[in-house]
Amino acid sequence: MPKVADIQRALEPTWCPGCGNYNMQKALLEVLEESGMDFEDYAMVWGIGCHGNGADFYRAQGFHGLHGRALPLATGIALTNPDLKVIVNMGDGDGYGIGGNHFIHSVRRNIDMVAIYHNNQIYGLTTGQASPTSDQFMQTPSTPGGVVEEPVNPVGVAVAQGATFVARGFAGDVEHLKSLYRQALDHHGFSLVDVYQPCVTWNKVNTFKWFRDRVYKLEELDGYDPTNRTMAFEKSMSTFHELTCAPDECKIPIGVFYREAESFTYQDGLPQLDRPMWKHAEAPRDISKILEAY
Amino acid sequence: MAEHKTLATTGNSVVAEAMRQCKPNVMAAYPITPQTTIVEEFAGFVAKGRTDCEYVTVESEHSAMSACVGASAAGARVMTATSSQGLALMWEELHIAAGMRLPIVMANANRALSAPINIHCDHSDIMGARDTGWVTFFAETAQEAYDNTIMAVRIAEHPDVMLPVMSTLDGFITTHSIDRVDVLDDASVSGFVGEYRPKNPLLNTEAPALHGSFAGLGGPFFEFKRQQREAMESARTVIKQVGDEYAQISGRPFDVIDTWGMDDAETAIVVLGSTAGNARHVARELRAQGEKVGVVKVRVWRPFPYAELAAALKGVKAVAVLDRAESFGAEGGPLFLETRSALYDAEARVPVVGYIYGLGGADVRLELIERVYQDLSDIAAGGVAPGSLVYLGAREEA
Repeated sequence: MPKVADIQRALEPTWCPGCGNYNMQKALLEVLEESGMDFEDYAMVWGIGCHGNGADFYRAQGFHGLHGRALPLATGIALTNPDLKVIVNMGDGDGYGIGGNHFIHSVRRNIDMVAIYHNNQIYGLTTGQASPTSDQFMQTPSTPGGVVEEPVNPVGVAVAQGATFVARGFAGDVEHLKSLYRQALDHHGFSLVDVYQPCVTWNKVNTFKWFRDRVYKLEELDGYDPTNRTMAFEKSMSTFHELTCAPDECKIPIGVFYREAESFTYQDGLPQLDRPMWKHAEAPRDISKILEAY
Repeated sequence: MAEHKTLATTGNSVVAEAMRQCKPNVMAAYPITPQTTIVEEFAGFVAKGRTDCEYVTVESEHSAMSACVGASAAGARVMTATSSQGLALMWEELHIAAGMRLPIVMANANRALSAPINIHCDHSDIMGARDTGWVTFFAETAQEAYDNTIMAVRIAEHPDVMLPVMSTLDGFITTHSIDRVDVLDDASVSGFVGEYRPKNPLLNTEAPALHGSFAGLGGPFFEFKRQQREAMESARTVIKQVGDEYAQISGRPFDVIDTWGMDDAETAIVVLGSTAGNARHVARELRAQGEKVGVVKVRVWRPFPYAELAAALKGVKAVAVLDRAESFGAEGGPLFLETRSALYDAEARVPVVGYIYGLGGADVRLELIERVYQDLSDIAAGGVAPGSLVYLGAREEA
């Protein structure tokens, strides 16, 4: 089975030194190795953004799609083969902004795939403009007067929309992130893994230290039940509108917010997907007997 | 001539400056390379209070143009900027802007369209929007991008036109290079563009108007389109009038095409955008060696200047058209097709050769232009024109 060294292409990544994408790639590579999947068992899809440069850094069957369109593109791939694991990488601008509608509908559809969001709360690739998850009032080159709107709350939206697996990770904790990736790959249904991936170049507010001072793990919380949707929603709302608060004033939960052991996926609803599409192909039928009468 | 100052700055920077001087009421924008710095600079003007424009950072280009359409229909002077995939994502809204006769002004940083992914200059984005009904300018330089943006406002809002106008400049080459630009003073520009007085805004309490409603099933859709064509035809005259008036304050004469060496040229290159500079440079060198060569730069792409181009090319023995965009399955690129069409009524049949160059930012080296003139010289001397379209400088070709 492919090892990390087989899956990782021998290219020097174009990410900035210290970028959160390195740890996200490390975690994913190691989980892919552990999973024992062969190259043909999974496909990877990327959108546009700094994360998308990662398309070149994996040896995987996949597609580097357009800005925002990774999920519908991945849906098309997933619907050709029920046995294929589809892993989608997106950014916050990409997946929650320009492709935000696809996010809601992929959750609603419960399409069986893993959706990993590289959430750095900034447009990194276009050099630092506000993104849909930028903190309210954050000053950026596109919002020198401060962001007016509240950020998208991906975990809250997913939980409210009936998602069957919702997790949040932090790129500063690789072992924890790996456990989220493992669970997401095992889940049957749409698995959201929103990852805080600090952008060391353009986001000088939400840094690694900023997160380290605030994150805590849901699984370490007394009485937290990730099968309780109400509890998950409450936790998803606990910090979202006050990200600029002091570390002792607010804590940011990471971990699995919600999961549903048994879930009915879109693929489950398609009888054609009892086997891969290529197995539907039939041999040409001999109709010469029918034509004999003419 | 009006007051002006000379700046060393980028195309994007002066487009932002021109937009500020034209006093838009609403700008809706989304970042995309290599346009981003236009709206970033504009955002800076808003933050510093140098404009009272309402500026909104929406979640996609589709939303940007939709918001522009809404604001314009409501009676505002509206501007935005985009590029490449952003322009492509706006596509259905581009038709709405033109069909509803909304005088939106947009800058486009010309850039290749995917796939494969590319961020560099070519004209495939703008050519994809060719038939959306926007009056369209090409700039060779930052100066032209500045001038075109200001003229665009007057043309768009002219009662005989009332169409959206796109002012395009070549991605990175013109958007990001430092260039010498003469910038007018604010009062001259605002005096020149004047105030926008919308005719039938939807937010008119005395005569509330519904825009965009169903016009099919025997409704006036067909006639709407005919009027759109009339407006585009009227734009021919209006563009010249506005260009002449603008020349009064800028000191820079304007015409829909720009010619170099065409008085006695035997061969000529027809080109759009920044490559005109490369072509003129080579033409100047060839002239010094006694070659009678010329360059025609097309500044206004829609409405296309057929008569002006035909007049400029009258008497030449061979013409090369450089296209920075493909029209797969057609006989040549979009500019080639228009040029051939413009020459159809010419008294003498002129050989026209199509070249595709610079797709996805492929280098436009001077020796490539020299090769084009050499081809033309061979054809003019009785040689045979290349049978098919030439991909100028493509690596597999050599």
